[in-house]
Amino acid sequence: MTTATALLYGLGGALLAGMALYRLVTAADWLRRIVAVNVLAVGVASILIATAYRGPAAPADPVPHAFVLTGIVVLVSTSAVALALIRLLHARDENHHDSR
Amino acid sequence: MIQIDILPLAILMTSMGIAPVLFAIPDARSRLRTTINLASASAKLALVIWLSIRVADGAVHAARLPVMPGLDLVLQADALSVLFAALSATLWLLTTIYAVGYLEKEPNRNRFFGFFSLCVGATAGLAMAGNLFTFLLFYEVLTLATYPLVVHRGTAAALRAGRLYLAYTLGGGMLVMLGTVWLWVLAGTTDFVPRGVLGGLAESHPGELRLIFVLLIAGLGVKAALVPLHAWLPAAMVAPAPVSALLHAVAVVKAGAFGIVRVVYDVYGIDTAADLGVTGPLAAAACVTIVYGSLCALAQDDLKRRLAYSTVSQVAYITLGVALAGPVAAVGGLAHLIHQGLIKITMFLCAGNLAEARGIKAVSEMAGIGRTMPATMLAFSLAALAMIGLPPLAGFVSKWHLAAGGIATDQAWVVAVLLGSSLLNAAYFLPILHTAWFREPAGAPAAAKRPIGWMLGVPPAVTAALVLAAGLLANAPFSPLGWTRFIISLEYS
Amino acid sequence: MIPADPALAQWPAALVLGPVLAAVAAFIWPRAGAVVGLGASAATLAGALALALQIHDSGPIRTVPGGWDAPLGIAMYADGLAALLLVMTAGVGTAVALATAGAGPRQGTFFWPLWLLLLGGLNGLYLAADAFNLYITLEIVGLAAVGLTALSGTPESVRAALTYLLAGLMGSLLFLLGVALLYSAHGRVDFAGLATATAAGPAVSAALVAMLVGLALKTAIVPLHVWLPAAHANATPPASALLSALVIKGSLYAAMRLWLAVFDPAAALGTLMGLLGAGAIVWGSVQALRAPRLKLVVAYSTLAQVGLILLAFAVAGDDAAAVAWRGAVYLMLAHAVAKAAMFLAVGRIVAAVGHDDLDRLAEARVRPGPAQFAFALAAVSLIGLPPSGGFVGKWLLLEGSIAAGTWPWAAVIAAATLLSAAYMTRVLAQFFRTDGVPGGEIVRPGWTRADAVPLALALAALGLGIAAAGPLALLAPVPASGVTP
Repeated sequence: MTTATALLYGLGGALLAGMALYRLVTAADWLRRIVAVNVLAVGVASILIATAYRGPAAPADPVPHAFVLTGIVVLVSTSAVALALIRLLHARDENHHDSR
Repeated sequence: MIQIDILPLAILMTSMGIAPVLFAIPDARSRLRTTINLASASAKLALVIWLSIRVADGAVHAARLPVMPGLDLVLQADALSVLFAALSATLWLLTTIYAVGYLEKEPNRNRFFGFFSLCVGATAGLAMAGNLFTFLLFYEVLTLATYPLVVHRGTAAALRAGRLYLAYTLGGGMLVMLGTVWLWVLAGTTDFVPRGVLGGLAESHPGELRLIFVLLIAGLGVKAALVPLHAWLPAAMVAPAPVSALLHAVAVVKAGAFGIVRVVYDVYGIDTAADLGVTGPLAAAACVTIVYGSLCALAQDDLKRRLAYSTVSQVAYITLGVALAGPVAAVGGLAHLIHQGLIKITMFLCAGNLAEARGIKAVSEMAGIGRTMPATMLAFSLAALAMIGLPPLAGFVSKWHLAAGGIATDQAWVVAVLLGSSLLNAAYFLPILHTAWFREPAGAPAAAKRPIGWMLGVPPAVTAALVLAAGLLANAPFSPLGWTRFIISLEYS
Repeated sequence: MIPADPALAQWPAALVLGPVLAAVAAFIWPRAGAVVGLGASAATLAGALALALQIHDSGPIRTVPGGWDAPLGIAMYADGLAALLLVMTAGVGTAVALATAGAGPRQGTFFWPLWLLLLGGLNGLYLAADAFNLYITLEIVGLAAVGLTALSGTPESVRAALTYLLAGLMGSLLFLLGVALLYSAHGRVDFAGLATATAAGPAVSAALVAMLVGLALKTAIVPLHVWLPAAHANATPPASALLSALVIKGSLYAAMRLWLAVFDPAAALGTLMGLLGAGAIVWGSVQALRAPRLKLVVAYSTLAQVGLILLAFAVAGDDAAAVAWRGAVYLMLAHAVAKAAMFLAVGRIVAAVGHDDLDRLAEARVRPGPAQFAFALAAVSLIGLPPSGGFVGKWLLLEGSIAAGTWPWAAVIAAATLLSAAYMTRVLAQFFRTDGVPGGEIVRPGWTRADAVPLALALAALGLGIAAAGPLALLAPVPASGVTP
């Protein structure tokens, strides 16, 4: 692990986050927005992992890793709720269409 | 620490505590409701009379509840609070009788009497308030409790008047709150203490104290209908007659005037206020209101609106008496608090009778009504003459003291204002009397819409008799004038 | 300050675990949902009151569940501020739960698990003693709130729930970023440690901004508020009550705690918060004056009230600031009680009249008197007129601003009062108006059991204006001058 790698993770995370924010704003439907948020979360996680760097010799700081793991758990459960809600919305819309 | 004293709390609870009961009784059970109403009004009057005897003997009654660090809710009975509480308790009993008759068979009576009770409770609370914080609390409760009464009839006009009313009174309440908080931050206390509570602050912070005074007087002046903050009062005349009579001619406007008296005497102290130079502008504002109100009254054909503008003008006498910074004027102003209340309520109750019995709402419709409704017009005439200032009726007593007070403090221009105002009073009242007694009715007299039973007839007769007594017996120690002399001796000695 | 017997000393953790376990139970046995829900809420209320009494007598409490202490373990810290908010959550929540239980099974079987999860999350949030725990509990609260928003199942509420979820997730990501930045600067995230750490610099400032923006998204501070009106106005009445009264306070408390205990923010940032608050007051009030639906008026009123509470961030100077903070917390308490009352009352009104349309309310033949009265009493507290908790909170806030010499904020508070009076009067006038009813026959249904809870809550909001001495005594040490280790 070198400083350059850590920097790469950080910058990569920022780039991902930027792209995801753009997509979030311009997305037309909910599914794309949820995907964008997931990518945003991955970007933020990358930044966090980059802050765990403690120098070329020492092992990485485990606390930010714990943060990221928790964040991923939260992201997964939240995405699940979001997908369930999107399915509910589509079901309502389909019922509405069928009843015409 | 919490301090409990039965007497002030009981006076408060006879109306505040009754209100939930009145809300819960269905409209149809009118006998139950009337019984409860009259019982609590009589109980309150009895308690106030007992309190006045105790206060005259020098007893101290105070109830206290801490709310915020350093700020307590204080109910305390001193001579000034007993004066106001006695007026409102007496008039509440009479107006309740009147209202029961007036609103017979109308919808929403339970709501009306519930809020009516809350209003009188709020008036008792602010009469007995022992500091500006408690006064502010009951002042705002009065605003809230009077709104449903103004909009009682539920018409678009009533709601418009209600919106105007709230805009003015809540704005005024906010000004009083700002002044009170500022005073609290500056002085560390908001207590009412005769001759003022400010101590040495007048030398160190004169500018701030002047600004606080302006805030407080402007806020209180909304309810006291000081020009130009008076516009809500004529608009509020859309409310039923008992509301206009008790609340808008007596309780609400007197609450504002009473607040001004408290601020000048018991927060600032008359000497400090004079030193700060705020009494002069206050007197000027009062004089402008006196003249302007009378001029506007001349232009009104609607009877209640004429009486409303007359109230605007007359309540300013109280402010004038306080602002003239002399004991004789103060006696005149405070006595006028009682006299004007009695006179105005008589006139409003009579106006209500005219509207209910014959559908008469305007002065131009009153031709010859003196022959068909002699008792009502007799009471009205007595009150009108008292208001003009005919000796030995009540209005003369207060105006005479105000004039003498003006001369005593080298402000003789006051006499001119008072004379002019009396002339204007005559100009807008005498034509009414002339039309009613000496003009021929325009066409055949309209059939009576409904008879004036004892409930609508007795209260104005009683208040008219009180107007007569207040003037004839003015020198008796228990008269309003005597009581006022006692109060002022505490402030000025 | 860790009490003698370590096992028994960890009882505050039951305030978090209990509701969560009850949520699981309510999910597994839906038919026992109401019983489990009410029982757990009442037990939590009793526990919160006991905690408040203990703190009142002997000062703040700190426990470490499982024995793992900071900086790596999770500690729980309860001072007067946390205790007051715990009692508020449990109290208002129990009342709303009573109303829901009394309304029958129409509220949906998932109300109980969601509410109990929310309760556990909020308790954990108020007891949190480090920034990461704050993040976790904010997430739990957010998820439960999204569930409550979507409870009614209508397309509008599901869409509103999705928007809320998205906004909340963005807020959480920002908050997590802030936590990570804080950690990278100081090496720890617990409040006690951070309070004594002195490192300043770009990482800490960035952390502060990231966390505040994230919390602003979750608290719906204008201009990041777009999700709130739809979410609160389209949910079922008990859900709206819980969302407006309790969920908003969670993230607001987090911002307050971070501001007071962890960071040392510049005065300019405080002024910015104050300006945002003023903007929220104006925007919320204007929208409430124009809103076509009754529930939207109530939702926008929440926006304006949050703005009012934000003004406390702007008052500087130690003594004045302490008074202003106490005012802000009391406003939170008063708003929670009054808003819950208002949403429940609106639920009753809409059920009686059949629609939510404000302009047609005056034409309704049915006038539910007790519910309208409860609404009016709650409005008194929200406007800030005496005697009410809103008045006491506003007084303290005003006292703080005037004592600090910052007159513009005092003027903003005055304007907030008058604006809220304006939009509340708009609704009350529709209650009183009777000349627009076609046919002229007005039906006044009497008292029903469902009117009890809104009226009781509204009266409690008024009572908070008289019985303020007790809660204010709990708040006496606010701002938390250091979270003692």
